[in-house]
Amino acid sequence: MNAQSAEFSSEDRIGAMLRTERMPHIWCPGCGIGSVVTCFVDAVLRSGIDQDKLVVVSGIGCSGRVAGYVNFDSIHATHGRAIPVATGLKLANPELTVVVISGDGDLMSIGGNHFVHAARRNMDLVVICINNFTYGMTGGQVTPTTPGSATASTTPYGNYEYPLTLPFLADACGASYIARWTSLHARNITQSVEEALTRRGFSFIEVITPCTTLYLRRNRLGDGVDALQYYQSNSEILHGIDTRETAIELQGKIAVGKFVDRPKPTYLDAVTRCNAKLIGDDYQLYGKTEPEKKAEEAKKAEHPVTSGHP
Amino acid sequence: MLKQCEGSHAVAATVALCRPEVICAYPISPQTHIVEGLSEMVRDGTLQHCEFINVESEFAAMSVAIGASAAGARSYTATASQGLLFMAEAVWNASGLGLPIVMTLANRSIGAPINIWNDHTDAMSMRDAGWLQLFAENNQEAADLHIQAFRLAEELSLPIMVCMDGFILTHAYEGVDIPTQEQVDAYLPPYEPRQVLDPREPVSIGAMVGPEAFTEVRYLAHAKQMQALDRIPQLAAEFRQQFGRDSGGLIRTYRLEDAQTVVVALGSVLGTIKDTIDDLREAGHKIGVLGITSFRPFPTAAIGDAVSHVERVVVVEKCFAVGVGGIVSRDVRTAMREHPHPIYAVVAGLGGRAITKASLRQLFLSAMADELEALTFLDLDHQAVNRELERERLTRRSGPIAENLLRDLGVVAARVG
Repeated sequence: MNAQSAEFSSEDRIGAMLRTERMPHIWCPGCGIGSVVTCFVDAVLRSGIDQDKLVVVSGIGCSGRVAGYVNFDSIHATHGRAIPVATGLKLANPELTVVVISGDGDLMSIGGNHFVHAARRNMDLVVICINNFTYGMTGGQVTPTTPGSATASTTPYGNYEYPLTLPFLADACGASYIARWTSLHARNITQSVEEALTRRGFSFIEVITPCTTLYLRRNRLGDGVDALQYYQSNSEILHGIDTRETAIELQGKIAVGKFVDRPKPTYLDAVTRCNAKLIGDDYQLYGKTEPEKKAEEAKKAEHPVTSGHP
Repeated sequence: MLKQCEGSHAVAATVALCRPEVICAYPISPQTHIVEGLSEMVRDGTLQHCEFINVESEFAAMSVAIGASAAGARSYTATASQGLLFMAEAVWNASGLGLPIVMTLANRSIGAPINIWNDHTDAMSMRDAGWLQLFAENNQEAADLHIQAFRLAEELSLPIMVCMDGFILTHAYEGVDIPTQEQVDAYLPPYEPRQVLDPREPVSIGAMVGPEAFTEVRYLAHAKQMQALDRIPQLAAEFRQQFGRDSGGLIRTYRLEDAQTVVVALGSVLGTIKDTIDDLREAGHKIGVLGITSFRPFPTAAIGDAVSHVERVVVVEKCFAVGVGGIVSRDVRTAMREHPHPIYAVVAGLGGRAITKASLRQLFLSAMADELEALTFLDLDHQAVNRELERERLTRRSGPIAENLLRDLGVVAARVG
C-alpha cells in the first residue's frame, strides 16, 4: 500500500465516524472547524477509548453543529449550556468520556460562567473551544475574544474592549490540562485531544481558526490560505509558558503548545473522598456496582455491538 | 421619506430617531440586523448621545437596560426566541420595577427542536410578564410602533415589546416611510423618568415587598395596562394626525361590516388572510378580518364590540399552549362572553411553516360550514405523526422524536414550507 492510499484509507476511517447523510455541512470554504472535527475524530480513534462511552456536546453557533455531524452519541444544547449539560452527563454516568466542542461566543460569552465553574471543580470533561474571534452564525458580531481594534459587525470602527485570554482564564480557574493550537497544527491538535481524552480532570484545548466569510473578510485579512500562512509564520510553540503571556493581538504572534498539565483530583474524586470519610466502609463508589458491571459485560458478550449507530 | 429597505433597517433607523441613550445588544437571528444597524449609526455619529454595548448574553442585555433605565436613560434592546427566554427573569424584573424599556422582538420559534424560523411562541411565553405587547402587520407599522411605544412606555412607566415577525418582516425589503427627526421630536418628548437614581434625591429601586403590599404593586401594573387601553387609540389617532398614516391602535378590522364569520390573527399573516378573504368575498361569502395590534393589554371590549354581530370566529394563531390548545383564542373567548358563538382555534405556521392562501381558503370554507374541530393544526402531517406514535408503541427506546421525524421524512436540513 503506497502512502497516498494509506492516507485515503485513513480518511475513510474518519469518514465512518461522521454522519455523512447530513453532508454537505454548513461550514464555509476555508473555515477551520472541519479541520478540528477531523483531528478530534482521529484522536478518538488513536486513543482507543470506547466509542460507545463517548458523548459529544455542543452549544449554538457554527461550532455548535459539530455534535450533529459526528457519528457518536451527541447532544446539541442551548446557547452557552454545553458545559452544564456535559456535567450532568458525567455525573449521571461517570464511565462516559464527555467532550464539549463549541465556539468562543458560546463557551466564553453567554456560557462563560459555566466554563469558570467547571474548571474550578476540575470536572472531568474535555472542552475544545474553536476560537474564530466572532459570532459566525449570526453575521460576525464582536465576541469576548475578538482582538483589540479588530472590526466586527457590531464594532464597525474597531473593537475597543479587552479580550479574554482563554488559556490564562482556564489556568486561573484551575483547569488541569491546557493547550492551544491553530487549525494549521493538525497533528498537534490530534495529539493534544488524544492526551486530553486519556487524562482525568478538566482539559481545555483552544484552537484558533479562520472565519473566512466574516472575521477575515471584514478585517481584510485575506482568505483561508492567507490565514494558514499567517498561523505558520506567527505561531510560536512555547510549551509550558506562563499563560499570562498568551494574549492574542490582531495579527500578532500566537503562542501555541501545551501550557498546563497538572493532574489533580477531579470533582468526582473529591466527592468520593468526602463521602468515604463521612460514611466509611458502607460508601458505594460512584458509577456502577461490580455486579452491575459484570451483568453489562455478559450482555455485551452475548450481543456484540460493532457500532453504536445504525 | 419613502425608502426601499429591509424591515430590520427600517426599525433601526426609526429607533435611532427616537433618540435612545443606551442600547444593549446580543446577537440572535433574526433580530441581529436591527442592533447592527444601530451600532453602525452610533459609531458613524448619525446617532449621538447614545451608548451602544455588546453584552455577553441576553440576560445581561436586559439587565443593562434595567440599570440604564433606572439611571434615567431611554433604553432599548432587541431579541428573539431563546434570547427572550434567557432574559426571562430580567423581563419580569423590568416590568415589575416599572421601567419604560422598549424592546423589539423579532418573533421566532422556541426550541427544542432548535428552529430559527418565525412563529409567535416567544412572545406568548412572556405574555403574562407585565410588558405591553404590540404586534406589527408590516414593516411600516413595525417602524411606526416603536415611536408610539417609546411615548406610551414612558407615559405609563412600563416596558413595551414591539413584536415583528422574524424573517417575514425583519428580512423583507419594502417601501417604508422613515419620518424626519423633526416629526419624531414633535411626537415624542424627551424622557422624563417617573423614578430615577439621583444622589440628590436618593430612592431605592427594587425594594423587597412582602404580603402587605405585593398584591397592590402587581394590581397597579394591571391598572396601568388598563389605562393603556384608552391611551393606545388616542396615541394612534395623534400619530395619524402628525404622520398622515394609520399605524397602531388596539385592533384593526377589514371587511367586517356585514361579516358572519370573522378571522382573528396577529402580525404579518394578516396580509395573506386579507388576500384570501378578498377572494372569498368575491365568491359571495360574508367573511371579514380582525387583526389584534395590542395583545397586551388585551382589548377585550374592543374585540367584543367588533365581533358582536358575527356568527363564528376563527382564530389563526402562530403559537399554542401544549396540553390546552390555542392561546390567542382563549383570550378572544373572554371577549365574547356575551356572544357565545363558536370559536375555532387554528394553530398555523409553527417553526416557519408557510401559511398559504390555498390552505387558508380551505380552512375558512370548512369554518363557514361549521365543519371545523374546536382545535385544528393547519397542514399537520397526520401520517408522519401516526408513524412516530407507532414507533413509540413498538419499542421502548424509540429515540429522539426530532431525529426520527427527519429520517422518516427523508430530510436532514431545515425545511421551510
